[in-house]
Amino acid sequence: MTAPLISARERWLNYAVLLLFAALALVPMVGVVAQALNLPDLDVATFGRAWREGHFATYMRNSVIVTVTVVAVASVLSIMAGYALGTLGFRGAGAVFLLFLAGLTIPTEAIVVPLYFDLRSAGLDNTYAGMILPQTAQSLAFGTFWMRAYFRGVPPALLEAARMDGASSWTTLWRVLVPMGRPAILTMVVLTAMWTWNEFLLPLVVVNSAEDLRTAPLGLSFFQGSHQTDYPLLMAGALIIAAPVVVLYLFLQRRFIAGMLSGAVKE
Amino acid sequence: MTARRRPGRPPGAPRNIGWLYVLPALAVYGVFLLWPLVRGFWFSLYDWDGISTGTWAGLSNYATVLTDPGLRGAFGHALILVVFYAILPCLLAFLLVAVITRTRVRGLALFRTVLFLPQVVAMVAVAVAWQWMYSADGPVNGVLHLLHRLGLPDWSRGWLGDFTFALPAVGLIGTWVELGLALVLFLAGAQRIPGELYDAARIDGAGPFAEFRAVTLPGLRRELAVALTLTSVMALRNFDLVYVTTKGGPGGATRVPSYEVYNRTFNTGEVGLACAIGVTLAVLVFALTAGIGRLAEGRGEAR
Repeated sequence: MTAPLISARERWLNYAVLLLFAALALVPMVGVVAQALNLPDLDVATFGRAWREGHFATYMRNSVIVTVTVVAVASVLSIMAGYALGTLGFRGAGAVFLLFLAGLTIPTEAIVVPLYFDLRSAGLDNTYAGMILPQTAQSLAFGTFWMRAYFRGVPPALLEAARMDGASSWTTLWRVLVPMGRPAILTMVVLTAMWTWNEFLLPLVVVNSAEDLRTAPLGLSFFQGSHQTDYPLLMAGALIIAAPVVVLYLFLQRRFIAGMLSGAVKE
Repeated sequence: MTARRRPGRPPGAPRNIGWLYVLPALAVYGVFLLWPLVRGFWFSLYDWDGISTGTWAGLSNYATVLTDPGLRGAFGHALILVVFYAILPCLLAFLLVAVITRTRVRGLALFRTVLFLPQVVAMVAVAVAWQWMYSADGPVNGVLHLLHRLGLPDWSRGWLGDFTFALPAVGLIGTWVELGLALVLFLAGAQRIPGELYDAARIDGAGPFAEFRAVTLPGLRRELAVALTLTSVMALRNFDLVYVTTKGGPGGATRVPSYEVYNRTFNTGEVGLACAIGVTLAVLVFALTAGIGRLAEGRGEAR
């Protein structure tokens, strides 16, 4: 940026505005940490109590199982679908793409009630599969949209070269394009992981009676129900369930931001 | 079929093998997303309590969505929340971007990281945190007590249990969460505005406001459309926050459509009506996404 020609007074005012907003953003976060650690005494025992009383070992394990499965299945299927829609140019590809694109705007609220009744009839309520399959479907909308955009950007000459070497479309995809596309795939993976980890409404409805299948956010909401005003304990619980995604975000910030901002960008 | 070759496709490339690649994704997507959507619409045409046999209701559930005072209230609340989730964060983000483009700020990366952080935290955790913030002896009332001691009126109250203030209190949580999204979008857009435009404006003696109106704002039109879309959709889909903080209370003051979908299904046994609310919500989200996008494109061309 160029040298600003602004007055010293405006400069101070600008810094004051930024500091104010930084404080407003930080106060709740710092407050939560301070509560959970019982500052200034620095007592980490609250975390242990929350972990045990909130059964977070079980709930975190469930969240890991659901998240890893959704991410793995959705990623493979999105890569395949995005590849076909982006490079293979088959008949009907346009319509299929629009179908996936429309899925980006379908809110969970619109499908959760029929899903509940149909999963129950199929015996899939209160199961991992009942949580995993619908969330995989939801992840496919973004995944396919995202991977198609990546595959469209691959130079046609590269595809041609692979073909000349006698590579099948399958080999070209997994041996050439996927290794090349690691940054795009990583973005998709972290976003799908975050959305699945944080999802609340779907597990709430699908896992309505099996306590041992609750995911981490679900566990926190029930924990809150049973410890209404024990704030240090609740804040520790909130930190426990937020931690995995926050750590991921701190390391892969640019991936998160790039992907989340693309959500509404049309081509 | 004529043998017209498409550019970028080698001769003899298998055309329809693409279907094999798409099929697995399409199957899962169709069964677990599109089919429930269709079923939801189907359910919405029935009066059904979820247990006994439903009776055909035609469009009467949609009529209820439009006429029932409670549900109209819920959609009205959603509209108010759009102000808090979308309009307020965009205005504040504009202020911050204006400030940032005027000053070479040190620590901008950290500032952005912190403000964007609420976006990645589970809404349930955000809700639990803010329930403490708004509690009787929480930080919000703590600050207000302090102001009271300094001579201002006593504004402290149980925010989330207050008939008048519960909805704005929930809305301000949304503002806190969505500000980072708008800011990051606008900052990315502002970086693409050529520096010469600012130089020219400053040489012309433009003050902060004139400069912002002449240079920054026109350059951010597209980002504004994206920010408004994403944040308005969040305002309509805020089930987690309402469920954890207020469950629609007190006295329905924070009832919103996304909560009513759950409430009417599992608490009052009006499954058909719940599905009608869900479908209405989906239509609103779709229209909002399409509409704001169209608006941004249209204006962009008129430039």
